[in-house]
Amino acid sequence: MVPYGGGVTFMQNGDYFGNHTDHERHHRELARHSKRDADAYHRYEADVMKQTRIIRPFLMRTPPDPTSFKPRDIRELIAMAKAFSGMGEVGLADTMRFWTMSIGDFLEEYFESDVVKAHLAGSGIIGTALGVYSPGTAYVLLHHYMGDVDGSIGSWGLARGGMGAVSNALAGAFKSFGGTVQCDAEVAQVIVKNGKAAGVALINGDEIYSRIVVSNLDPKRTFLKIMDEGDLPKDLVRKAKNFKIRGSSGKLNIALDGLPTFNGLPEDSPLCLGEKHFIDSLPRMERAYDDWKSGTWSKDPYVDMLIPTQVDPTMAPPGKHMMSVFVQYAPPMIDGREWTSEDRDAFGKTVIDQISSYSPNFKDLILHCEVRSPQDIENEVGLTEGNIFMGELTFDQLLFNRPFPGYAQYRVPPVKGMYMCGSGTHPGGGVMAAPGANAAREILMDLKRTSLVPEGYDDD
Amino acid sequence: MIPHNESMMLHTPFHSRCAAACEVNLWEDWKGYTTPQVFTEVDMEYFAVRNSTGVFDLSPMTKYRITGPDSEAFINKLITRDIRKLAVDRVSYVLWCDGEGKVMDDGTIFRLSEDDYRLCCYTRALDWLMWTAEGFEVTVKEETADVAALAVQGPTSCAVFKALGFVGIELLKPFGMSRFKFSGSQVMVSRTGFTGDLGYEVWVEPSLAESFWDALFDAGKPHGIRAIGSSALDMLRIEAGFLQAGVDFIPADETIRAGRSRSPFELGLGWMVSFDKPVFNGRRALLRERAQGSRYAFVYLDVEGNKPAEHAFVYHGDQEVGTITSAAWCPTTKTNIAFAQVDAKFGRPGQSLVAEIYYERELKWTRVMAQCKVTKGALFSPDRRRQTPAPNF
Repeated sequence: MVPYGGGVTFMQNGDYFGNHTDHERHHRELARHSKRDADAYHRYEADVMKQTRIIRPFLMRTPPDPTSFKPRDIRELIAMAKAFSGMGEVGLADTMRFWTMSIGDFLEEYFESDVVKAHLAGSGIIGTALGVYSPGTAYVLLHHYMGDVDGSIGSWGLARGGMGAVSNALAGAFKSFGGTVQCDAEVAQVIVKNGKAAGVALINGDEIYSRIVVSNLDPKRTFLKIMDEGDLPKDLVRKAKNFKIRGSSGKLNIALDGLPTFNGLPEDSPLCLGEKHFIDSLPRMERAYDDWKSGTWSKDPYVDMLIPTQVDPTMAPPGKHMMSVFVQYAPPMIDGREWTSEDRDAFGKTVIDQISSYSPNFKDLILHCEVRSPQDIENEVGLTEGNIFMGELTFDQLLFNRPFPGYAQYRVPPVKGMYMCGSGTHPGGGVMAAPGANAAREILMDLKRTSLVPEGYDDD
Repeated sequence: MIPHNESMMLHTPFHSRCAAACEVNLWEDWKGYTTPQVFTEVDMEYFAVRNSTGVFDLSPMTKYRITGPDSEAFINKLITRDIRKLAVDRVSYVLWCDGEGKVMDDGTIFRLSEDDYRLCCYTRALDWLMWTAEGFEVTVKEETADVAALAVQGPTSCAVFKALGFVGIELLKPFGMSRFKFSGSQVMVSRTGFTGDLGYEVWVEPSLAESFWDALFDAGKPHGIRAIGSSALDMLRIEAGFLQAGVDFIPADETIRAGRSRSPFELGLGWMVSFDKPVFNGRRALLRERAQGSRYAFVYLDVEGNKPAEHAFVYHGDQEVGTITSAAWCPTTKTNIAFAQVDAKFGRPGQSLVAEIYYERELKWTRVMAQCKVTKGALFSPDRRRQTPAPNF
């Protein structure tokens, strides 16, 4: 994993806000927009870090079942209570507020500059079908702060060779233990016999038998598409149907003939390496969400754009570049109907037009553009509604309620041998691999095998 | 577009002169400014201040200008001391707390005229100042880059200024300030500093910075003037017993872990809290603490031997009772000084404690359990620091 540096939000008035990674440079750039905001940033940073510190130790732990009297669940509940009581009265009140507030309201408590708020608010809505003023979005921010790349906390990074490198690394580890990976083998059905998982049937008719089946598909797809309703308890099916997994984002992958330049940004600025956004106020971001609610893509979208080839030389021939554009918001359906190819083209054009109004040479450099609506993402990779977190990261669907109450410990009772390990389980999405690690630990425990999976996470 | 400065680091108004004098090229990042850690040799720089005159560029210190009819009332809400006692052209050492009575920072306030003050401090405090300013008719403006500043410290410092033509400077009392003509303009001089010695701080407009430096060093040449970096200053301030924010305490709004911030009482600065003021930030919490007792005590330690007790645990018998926050061997007092945070029931002057010191010599680590004696206040405090007229050395 390679860190890529900071980011930029371009403003309609021709200026920009640069989110520098160097602390002092960052302060100076904040002060350029508001001296008060610059001085408020350390309070913001400390407060976000306080929240991160509470949650992080629980990422690599199986959530306790609050209704159980098993010693392990009671022990975990006590650990949780201890962590929260350690925060003191004020800390606890702040935490309750943080979990339930909107990212917009949270940021308003620290900052006055529109562009500063807009830049920071992005982390609260990415992958989430909520607006910057929707309650619960402050918490989503944490999922973009509490990760770490090889020990460097809160950093965003690029997988050298593209995101596929992460999958390849996992596959490589698996193979080194003698595992085999079969690709292009879509599962049609999980075979359950006598209340036990017995294997999977593939679309091509092949059947693979096994004592254990682990699904890293999202909960809707797992329980409503590839499992038989008759094999599952009624409440589980109902909970799966009610699970909130709304598509909110689309994607553009663009091949470029060269490096685009951006208005006002010097070509040698370290910010050029970072992510770029083109929406400079919370009201504009909220209007982008309004479009989603009206059943269409944002006409003035929140874009999280990056040119990974500036950092990762393996992704394009020398001199050529690849641009990755995450776009929010894009609905799973257009006015309640399927996306058409005209819709997709118009969606792509909206995004390209927005970027090119800040980058004069961008359009001329485009060699090829791949546009993906939420529907395309669902069809291609199987994420329901194209939801990147496999279920929204709101508090009704977190901790021992993820994916649903009573099913948060990676098992699918009463179906023995059936497990979940995807982002739909605790602690949710963010390319953390924590759900998989937690699931692996539970499976090994059931198999009565020694677990080498790390547990807990103390960064004190 | 708001003007940009795309350079990674800023330069102080004295940078060209510092760069020329910084022979060993040891620089550090102080609040985004490139500043010298050492110019030539740390010991030589330290002794310049104790023996002749040392000059330290303190331009990156954060400065706020506070003006308006309510400035006195506003400052009194902000800080724990009573500012009403501060006359025009006087300076006060102050600290301020959050609502929980925990120290956010310390600094100095200069009363420039009736309703015009300058606050000089370590942290960036504009957000907190603005919150506190609600309801007051007061303007708070950040002016860090608008004022260049030099500390001119040491026994011959007064003589240097006299040679520079600053007539009557010897009459300036400690914590007093005065203005002197320079190059068709004027500079402000205060008898303040961070070294515990006779010394002054000079506040000049940035356009005059280089010519002032040149004139100062010309005048100071016969008086042993020398530029000093942050390493020497750190020894000096430890010897003088001065706390450093971010080192000896963490500014309250930057702490992340519960219980890691400290109250004025816990930093040995209880004397700076004026409860006879009816309202100030943190008053209620501090009253409660005074009634119920503090969690920690701040102590000065005289550590046996000459190994600085940096980051050492402090024990009372077998019991771990605290940590060292600053430590240095101080050549003038010939004492191995340390500052420590200990549990409140420890730390009476005269009490014996033990510091667990680790040091490395040629790849071998050695542990020393050094006896320490709690001293009553800082050890270095020469008469010349207080004398007016300032003595001529």
